[in-house]
Amino acid sequence: MALTTFESVRRGRTPATSPVIEASGLVKRYGQVEAVRGIDLAVGTGELFGFLGPNGAGKSTTIQMLCTLVRPTGGSARVAGFDVVRQRSDVRRHIGLVFQESTLDGHLTAEQNLRFHADVYGMARSSVRSRTDAVLEMVGLADRRGALVRTFSGGMKRRLEIARGLLHSPRVLFLDEPTIGLDPESRAGLWRYVDRLRAEEDITVFLTTHYMDEAERCDRIAIVDDGRIGALDTPSVLKAGVGHDRVRVDTTDDDAAEALLQSRLGVETTREAGVLTVLVPDGEQFVPRLFELGLTIRSVDVTRPTLDDVFLAHTGSRLAAGPSRGGRR
Amino acid sequence: MTAPVLVADRGLRHELRAAGVVWQRDLIRFRTDRGRIVSSFVQPLLFLFVLGKGLGASIGEATFGGADYSTFLFPGVLASSVMFTAVFSAISIVWDREQGFLREMLVAPISRTSIVLGKCLGGATVATLQALVLLALAGLVGVPYAPLMLVGAIGLLLLIAFAITAFGLLLAVRVQQIQTVMPRVQLLLTPLMFLSGAFFPLSSAVPGWLHALTLANPLSYGVDVLRRLVLAHTGGDGDATALRWGEQVVPIWVDVAMVAGAGVALLALAAWLFSRTD
Repeated sequence: MALTTFESVRRGRTPATSPVIEASGLVKRYGQVEAVRGIDLAVGTGELFGFLGPNGAGKSTTIQMLCTLVRPTGGSARVAGFDVVRQRSDVRRHIGLVFQESTLDGHLTAEQNLRFHADVYGMARSSVRSRTDAVLEMVGLADRRGALVRTFSGGMKRRLEIARGLLHSPRVLFLDEPTIGLDPESRAGLWRYVDRLRAEEDITVFLTTHYMDEAERCDRIAIVDDGRIGALDTPSVLKAGVGHDRVRVDTTDDDAAEALLQSRLGVETTREAGVLTVLVPDGEQFVPRLFELGLTIRSVDVTRPTLDDVFLAHTGSRLAAGPSRGGRR
Repeated sequence: MTAPVLVADRGLRHELRAAGVVWQRDLIRFRTDRGRIVSSFVQPLLFLFVLGKGLGASIGEATFGGADYSTFLFPGVLASSVMFTAVFSAISIVWDREQGFLREMLVAPISRTSIVLGKCLGGATVATLQALVLLALAGLVGVPYAPLMLVGAIGLLLLIAFAITAFGLLLAVRVQQIQTVMPRVQLLLTPLMFLSGAFFPLSSAVPGWLHALTLANPLSYGVDVLRRLVLAHTGGDGDATALRWGEQVVPIWVDVAMVAGAGVALLALAAWLFSRTD
């Protein structure tokens, strides 16, 4: 059941089910600085929706407005059917939050952290026990429930935060850069739990990331830059929209090759990290023509568009290359 | 199809439950932090035995309503010890902010007032629990272990600790870093302690300005009622060293009301300030 929903969502431009998150014209200004400059989106029930963009793009500010933590300067948004300004408590009861920074109490045990959460969220007392068992089990921390959280590794802490975010069975789980600062193994582990979670609970996951591979996992992603959504669709549609493959050619004489490529084939060349690169609509058909030029070619490499290319196409800058703006941690 | 949101409690019941767990967390953390318990006793013991016995040896008992100086000092030291531990419990809210845990409370569907109330009750309880060890030393300064006096003293210490925690929270709720709040607390707390009548009686020999400042300090009333309770059980003349408005001895209910009123007002102010903070 759940799978078919995701599949239908994956294909469409708009959510297949009724939206659980709706935003229109969201704006946030801090003094003279406009952090978010008009964001519209609709996220369907059960979707894994991603916000992709560099630090400082307005991702976190947008997520904080949706979570009622920051009051919008303009526009409106509803989450789980409640207005984020006028019905803050109702929104909060229906969402789970995992932040970039840990918000656990290291001096309490895993279980005590969950107990605290159950009480401040006013969970039905009869459900606390079974729900605690269920979420600890889900993130693989059932055997560490009595251990002090300060003895946990970074990955375990993040998993516990996710478990806590899920404790009160929220409709939407917000994950703000959930894998930042984690080692590759912990990142992979965390994603296994997110996948399992989506299989087991009927929940919408809204995440921000600046990792391409994480964006690839989303049903739909919004490319965010400079406080705006540059593009919003499924990863495959977005990549198809780029319209060109990247061909990298290594020759004995790149300067001569560059001249020939421009004069004989009429293509623009660039040097990406010192490698001669051509962007063409169909890379595989381009390669044979390359060899007709009579160059001494050491190697050729054709790549399909990546989300990074999508990002470049929509924002004019590259996300993956170099340290991101703001450079956290 | 959609799993029910497991949120049951709403309204006041929910807010009280939230305040309750904030309080409980402070107790759990206190229990696991034994270093704090031991280190908080050095200063009160110095006051009680070094100042009390040393200075007491050179001052006549007449000054203190017939009581030994260390007996006179005992309630003052209890109160001042509670002042310090309570205020440090209060500023743990800045630690919570620095460590990130405060955010877990701030994003929950509860009011800021519940958080502040829970913190205040937590600080008051922790400070009073620490003072119990000091209270157990009563016999060493000639104070009998009278059950009624002990119960009364614990109640009054709770009240004083509550007011001081509220004061500490007022200083701390908007502060981002612990380094910022520490000097402020030191700067304000030391004068509050010295101007509370904890160490000397407000006899006619005390300069007028000092007398006025002491009367303006709500803590003086807490120290006063605690001392009258203790001295009443040692056979001394409690009224001789009691706080006076002019010639009139301040009634005990006024003492209690002054501390309670100050506590509630400070707490309300802290909650208001906290709710206006991001």
